[in-house]
Amino acid sequence: MVNVFNGKLLLGDDMFGRLSERIGSVFNRLKQRRKLNESDVLSVISEVRVALLDADVSLPVVNLLLERVRKRAIGREVISAVSSGQMMIKIIYDELVAVLGSDKQSINLDYAAPVSIMMVGLQGSGKTTTAAKLAKRFVNQDHKKVIMASLDTTRPAAREQLRTLGEQIGVDTLPIIHEETSIATAKRAINTAKLQGYEVLILDTAGRTSINDLLMTEAKLVKDLVNPHEVLLVADALTGQDAVNTAANFNERVGVTGVILTRVDGDSRGGAFLSMRNVTGKPIKGIGVGEKVNDLEDFHPERIASRILGMGDIVSLVEKASQTIEAKEAENISDRMLKGAFTLEDMAYQFRQLRNLGGLGSVIGFLPGMSKLQKQLTSANIDDKQLKRQEAIISSMTRTERINPQIINVSRKRRIAQGSGTDVGDINRLLKTYTEMAKIMKKFGKLGSKGVINALIDDNNPLLNKDAMLHMPSAIDSDYSRLHNNRK
Amino acid sequence: MIQHKSSNSSSKGWLTRLRSGLSKSSRLLIDGIGELFTKHRLDKVTLKELEELLITADLGVETAVKLTGNLACKKFKNDLTSAEIRIALAEDIVEILDPVAQPLRPFGHKPFVVLAVGVNGSGKTTTLGKLACQWTSEGMSVMLAACDTFRAAAVEQLKIWGERAQVPVIDKPYGSDAAALAFDALLKAKATASDVLMIDTAGRLQNKTQLMEELAKLVRVIKKQDDTAPHATVLVLDGTVGQNAHVQTQVFREMVNVTGLIITKLDGSSRGGVVVSLAQSVGLPMHAVGVGEGEDDLHSFDARVFAHSLMGISE
Ligand SMILES: Nc1nc2c(ncn2[C@@H]2O[C@H](COP(=O)(O)OP(=O)(O)OP(=O)(O)O)[C@@H](O)[C@H]2O)c(=O)[nH]1
Ligand SMILES: [Mg+2]
Repeated sequence: MVNVFNGKLLLGDDMFGRLSERIGSVFNRLKQRRKLNESDVLSVISEVRVALLDADVSLPVVNLLLERVRKRAIGREVISAVSSGQMMIKIIYDELVAVLGSDKQSINLDYAAPVSIMMVGLQGSGKTTTAAKLAKRFVNQDHKKVIMASLDTTRPAAREQLRTLGEQIGVDTLPIIHEETSIATAKRAINTAKLQGYEVLILDTAGRTSINDLLMTEAKLVKDLVNPHEVLLVADALTGQDAVNTAANFNERVGVTGVILTRVDGDSRGGAFLSMRNVTGKPIKGIGVGEKVNDLEDFHPERIASRILGMGDIVSLVEKASQTIEAKEAENISDRMLKGAFTLEDMAYQFRQLRNLGGLGSVIGFLPGMSKLQKQLTSANIDDKQLKRQEAIISSMTRTERINPQIINVSRKRRIAQGSGTDVGDINRLLKTYTEMAKIMKKFGKLGSKGVINALIDDNNPLLNKDAMLHMPSAIDSDYSRLHNNRK
Repeated sequence: MIQHKSSNSSSKGWLTRLRSGLSKSSRLLIDGIGELFTKHRLDKVTLKELEELLITADLGVETAVKLTGNLACKKFKNDLTSAEIRIALAEDIVEILDPVAQPLRPFGHKPFVVLAVGVNGSGKTTTLGKLACQWTSEGMSVMLAACDTFRAAAVEQLKIWGERAQVPVIDKPYGSDAAALAFDALLKAKATASDVLMIDTAGRLQNKTQLMEELAKLVRVIKKQDDTAPHATVLVLDGTVGQNAHVQTQVFREMVNVTGLIITKLDGSSRGGVVVSLAQSVGLPMHAVGVGEGEDDLHSFDARVFAHSLMGISE
C-alpha cells in the first residue's frame, strides 16, 4: 500500500498532487485490521470529502455519496492481502461508479420520423458544436436523413455558426429568417422536417442562465410545441458547484432526458458529471472530447470515477486491489476445499465467480480438455440462470445453515424455498450437488492441486462427474491461468 | 435587429443588476448560513458547515478554510446572528479582493493592444464587443481583430459587435493564420491611428499544448512590431467555472503573460466565488465582471459590491 501512493500517483499539478498525498497519508495511517472500523472509515471519508469538493463535485452530492460509502465500509472485512486503504479506495470507487450510473445509454432514434432532439444549456456550454457532432453521428452511423435548426436568435451569428457547421459535415440546416422568433422557427423546423421527409431534427437553442424566468419559460414553450424525443442538457465539464443549480433548474423547468458533458478533453476533474447525473437522475448520453465534429464519445463511468478521485493510476490500482481481493478469497476457499472443508458459502462464491467470469459457457470453453464437459453441461441444460437461482437459494439460508448444511431440516427447507422463490425440490437438488462436490473436494485434497489439474485434463478420469465439475473452474483459478498463459 | 442593450431595464443601476444577479445565486448560501446560526453556536461543527457553504459558492476548500479559520479566531457573542456572521465574512472577502480590483484602462500606448484569451465559450468575443461599445462611447477609436479563425462563424459574431460599436473589424478567411492576422491588424491600427486594438482569439483549453503554443506565437509576432504589446492580456473566465480556473489561470499566465482577469456570466446562478480564491492565490488584477449579454453588461470589478452581493448583504 505504501508504495502505491509514493510518487507514482501524484499528478503534475500541485493541487491534485497534494490531495492524493493527503488521502494517501490517511490511508497509510490506517492500521491493518480485520475489519474497517468506524473511526478509520470516518477519517478517510473526511479527506475524500475535500478531494471530491476540490474536484468540483457539488456538496449535496458529496454528502450523499459519502453516506453510502460509510454504510458500506464500516465493519467490512479486510482481506489479509490488501490494506485497509485499498479496501476503502475500492469501496469509494465502486460507489462513484454506481452514482455515475453503469448503464450505458445512447440516443434512441427508433421512433416515427421526424425524431426531434432539443439541445438546452447555459451560454457557451457547447450546444451548437454538440448538435453538429450528433448530426454527423446520426448520418454516418445510423444512416439517417438529418436536419438541424438553430433557435438562437440572441447570440450574434449563432445561426450562422450552425449553418457553417452543417456545411462542413454535409448536413442540411433550416434556412435562416432573420426577423423570426425562436418559437416561429421551431414551428417552421418541424413542418420542414415533416414535409421534406427528414428522419431526425436537431434543434439548437440559445444559451440561457437557469434563473432567467423568461428564457426558461420560452424553452419550455418550445419543448411543449416540438414534443422532442430527447431534451439534452449540454453542460461544461469545467463547471463548479453551480452544476447542481443548472441541473435542477433545467430538469424541473424544462425537463431533460439526458445530459451531455463537453470539454472533457480539458483537465478539469469533472465533478460536474457526478452532480449532473445525480441531480437530474438522467443518464449521461455522451461526452464532448474536442472541437472537431468527430469528437463525441460514449460515456464510461469508470474513467470519470478515477478522474474525479484525481489519482492518475487509480483504475489500475483499484483493479489490482480488487484482483488481489478476489484472488485472496479464491485462495482461501481453495485452501479450505483442499482440506476438505467446503461449505455452502464456498459454493455460492464459486457460482458468483463463474458468472463474473462471463458465464459458464465462456469459462468452460477456455479450459483445456474441457470440450467434453462443455457438451455434458449443455446437454444437462445448466445455464447462468440456474447459477443465479442456486445463489439465491444459498443467500436465503442463515449463516449457520451455510456452514453446517446437515442441520437443514424440512421446515428450514420450506423457509429457504419461500425466501428464494423456489420449491423444496430445488433445495434438495442443491444440497445433493453440494454433498457430491464436498466429497470430490476431499478426493482432490488427497491429490493436491497438481492432481486437480491432471484430473481435469484427463477426459477419462472417473472424477469427471458433470455435477461436480460444474463448480471447479475457479477452484483451480491460479493453475488455470498459468496453463492458459503458457499457451500464448 | 435583435435587442442587444442590457437585458434588464437600463434605469436600474449596474450595481443593482450585479447584486440582483448575485443575490439570486447567493440566496442558497444565505439561507444556509441563516439556518446554521439559528441552529448552532459558532462551534467546530458550525465552522465546518460554514466552510462547506463557502465551498458551495466555489471559493474552494483552501479559501473556505482560511476564511472560517479567521472567523474562529474572532470573538463573537454566543447569540451570533446570521447577518452578523455574513458581514464579518464579507469584510474578510473585501480584504482579499480590494487589492486586485483594478479596472482596465487603455491608456499609455497608442494603439493600446488588448489580447483576449481563454477557454472555449468563456465569453471572450462578447467581452471585447462590450468593451468596444463602452470605449467608443467614451470617444476612443477602437479596432477589432477577429483572430478566431477556427470556430465556425466566430468572425461573423465579432463583426456584429463591430457594427454595434461602429468600429472596424479586421478579418481573414476561415482557417487563416491567426498570428499573421494579428500582425496585419496592428499595422492597420497604427496606420489609422487607432487608440485601441482588441484582438479576439479562438478559445482553447489550457492543456492543449499545441494550441497554447500558437497563442504564444501570436504574441511573439505582435512583439515584432511593438515589443511593449500586447499592453493587456486578459484572461476571460466563465463565472460557472469551478476549481479548474486555477489551472487555467496558471497555464495561460505562463504561456502568454496574462495581466488581468474578467469573469463573465455572473448574472446566472453561479456565485463566482472562484474569484475570491483566485485573488488570494494568484493576485492578478480583476478588471471587470460580465452580467449579461447586452453591451452595457460589463462592469468594473468592485470588491465591496462583489463581496456584499456574494454574502447577500444589502447596502
Ligand atoms: N448571461 C451571460 N452570458 C454571457 C456573458 N458573457 C458572454 N455570454 C454568452 O456566453 C456565450 C459564449 O460567449 P462568447 O463571447 O461567444 O465566448 P467566446 O469565449 O468568444 O467563445 P468561443 O469563441 O466559442 O471560444 C455567448 O452565448 C455569450 O452571449 C455574460 O456576462 N452573461
Ligand atoms: Mg469567440
